[in-house]
Amino acid sequence: MTNNKRIVIIEPYSMIAQGLRLMIDEIKGYEVSAIIADGHYIERVAPLRPDIVIINPSIIDIKRRGELDELAQRLPGSTFAALVYQYVDPDVLRYFKTTIEISDSREKITLKLRQLLESSEQVTESTELSDREKEILIAVAKGLTNKNIADQYHISIHTVITHRKNLTRKTGIKSVSGLTVYAILNNLIDIKEVE
Amino acid sequence: MTQKITSLYTAQMKMAELIESDYNLLLLFPRFNMELGVGDTTVMEQCTRQGVSPTLFVMMCNIYSHTDYKPTIKEVTQLDAEQLLSYLSRSHIYYINSRIRPIKEELKKISGHCTSSHSAVLQRFFAEYEQEVINHFAYEENTVFPYIRTLMACHKRQQGYDIENFQENHSNIDDKLSDLKNILVKHLRGIGMASETTELLFQIFSLEEDLSRHTFIEDVVLIPLVQHLEKNIYDKQ
Repeated sequence: MTNNKRIVIIEPYSMIAQGLRLMIDEIKGYEVSAIIADGHYIERVAPLRPDIVIINPSIIDIKRRGELDELAQRLPGSTFAALVYQYVDPDVLRYFKTTIEISDSREKITLKLRQLLESSEQVTESTELSDREKEILIAVAKGLTNKNIADQYHISIHTVITHRKNLTRKTGIKSVSGLTVYAILNNLIDIKEVE
Repeated sequence: MTQKITSLYTAQMKMAELIESDYNLLLLFPRFNMELGVGDTTVMEQCTRQGVSPTLFVMMCNIYSHTDYKPTIKEVTQLDAEQLLSYLSRSHIYYINSRIRPIKEELKKISGHCTSSHSAVLQRFFAEYEQEVINHFAYEENTVFPYIRTLMACHKRQQGYDIENFQENHSNIDDKLSDLKNILVKHLRGIGMASETTELLFQIFSLEEDLSRHTFIEDVVLIPLVQHLEKNIYDKQ
């Protein structure tokens, strides 16, 4: 078993499906585990548990849009991309995280695949700070070093660094002074404590 | 609607067309001490008239407008180093006086609507950023540029310093500005100054982009040019 991200392509035309497979095979970290060219794809995709499903939306009958909901329910761990080269109803496109176009270069496809998986990891994650992160933030704002913080909370320096990385990711703020501003704006600390 | 110019600029273009194709280039004019009222002249004519190197001007415009453009070593070594240094120096003054000061003023106005402690911390944060930029520029003005000028004048290398030191000490001044952006976009709530905050953010985004171009110029134009000067002298010694 490799760690490659598994992709299923649902596309009626073999020329396009095979071409896309060739491009994806050249991208490190991804593999195409199946190409499905016709209906009844739901039953066939579900057991494959792919990380990414690339679907040409024109394969979906206009009266059976509910199929996409069904597919999403049966594959909670997968993200969906639309493969687009003809007009597609915008209502249908709303079901997809991104669109792959027939004119996309391999670099562009690589980027889109990567972003697909990143964004699926991010949406499940809250940007709210945990209580422990708030404590670390206050300590950082007070000017404590990582070593001081580790001692005070009986945790390893490595854990402090992980908390600090999470603080930066959640708040979008990198500098210590910026984090101090954040702490004061959110009334986690009084300005007198940092002077 | 004017056609967006996708190929690189040349000195043979009309100056007015250049501005029309990317109005952000207007921001370069004060740094070259260039005046408008360019009439129907070409870039070459206008630069010569105003005592600016057309090669340098066109290269800077290309770097600002075409983000994937990187001048070749051959182009870089054709530049007059003194012209480049004075452009960079004038840029430093321009950033401090014409870009950072107005942001500081605007932030002060907005802070006036926050509680006194929020206002104090925001202004202190920006003052720290301003000082960081001033120090960063001062290091270049007081250490790096004099080194380059000595290099040009005596054709001799100073002991114990070369442009590699600069590369290593070229500190990062982007973090705080990007932090301020995030603070204003995500975290500053309930002050009811929507239009002022928007205006301020436009200024910050534009400064951030401009400073990244400035750093790019130092990395792909200044450093290779100085390395070339150093190499020439080293080869002679």
